[in-house]
Amino acid sequence: MTEPAQDSYQDGNALAGPLREIFAVDVTAAAGQCVHCGLAGPVASLRVYGPAPGMVARCPGCDEVVLRLVRGPDSAWLDLRGTVSLRIPLPGPGVPDGTGEGPA
Amino acid sequence: MGFVSRGFRGRPRDEGVKLPPGQYLVHDFPVLSAGPTPRVPLDRWEFAIDTEDGQTHRWSWQELMALPAETPTVDLHCVTKWSKLGTDWKGVSLDTLFADVESSAEYALVYSYGGYTTNLPVEDLLDGKAWIAYQFDGEELAAAHGGPARLLVPHLYLWKSAKWVQGIRLMNEDWPGFWETAGYHNYGDPWREQRYQGD
Repeated sequence: MTEPAQDSYQDGNALAGPLREIFAVDVTAAAGQCVHCGLAGPVASLRVYGPAPGMVARCPGCDEVVLRLVRGPDSAWLDLRGTVSLRIPLPGPGVPDGTGEGPA
Repeated sequence: MGFVSRGFRGRPRDEGVKLPPGQYLVHDFPVLSAGPTPRVPLDRWEFAIDTEDGQTHRWSWQELMALPAETPTVDLHCVTKWSKLGTDWKGVSLDTLFADVESSAEYALVYSYGGYTTNLPVEDLLDGKAWIAYQFDGEELAAAHGGPARLLVPHLYLWKSAKWVQGIRLMNEDWPGFWETAGYHNYGDPWREQRYQGD
């Protein structure tokens, strides 16, 4: 018997540390890829409409929505569903050792 | 001096106007945009109502123009807090467009040229509360304001009045639209100040 699936994941609190580090940097310098057409480029190259009712950042290649940000009085909503991933330049630690393998 | 006279200038025109909570009055017509303005040639324009059973009712521009039109004068309330009062429109009531539509769906997802969507209960589209509007202030509706035609459902915040309307999908389940999935209220009643989720 394999272990129950719920043993293989953590709850969202596990994201807190990594996200705090990510959002402490200038995300516009990050490289993203559009879900819709695959175009890759810096967030700063997106076409941003708004700011009201919200900021809508669209792909310069296909005009589809890559990122949305709505700022309410006590919350912000960030929608990244149009983004394959963001590559965010960060200083070490985490420098690859070149082996392609995880920690021993 | 504890008294300052207004003189003979009369009342400021904004005074005494009842607005929804948190709104202020404007006299221009602000344009808010979430993307490029679609340009839809009238000979390719089409409006559709899609039912939950897979039936689609379609109208060309000529067919829409042939329907009886109404000329509502309504107040507009934008969630970004401006209100514009007494705006004059011309368009076709959704009651007219729904006349031959057989549906028991409770929810509608309005979709637009350009990809915008917004959701609302079907009952908010009926009984004289909503139109497909194609004229504003006596002139054809400018593309910046949603032309050639937009939904007009003025009892809700203006983001529900989808510009460049292309169709309405009737559904048995609610399906939040573009702004409703990004923090804005699912219903958007300005008189209850339903701006954001949780309001």
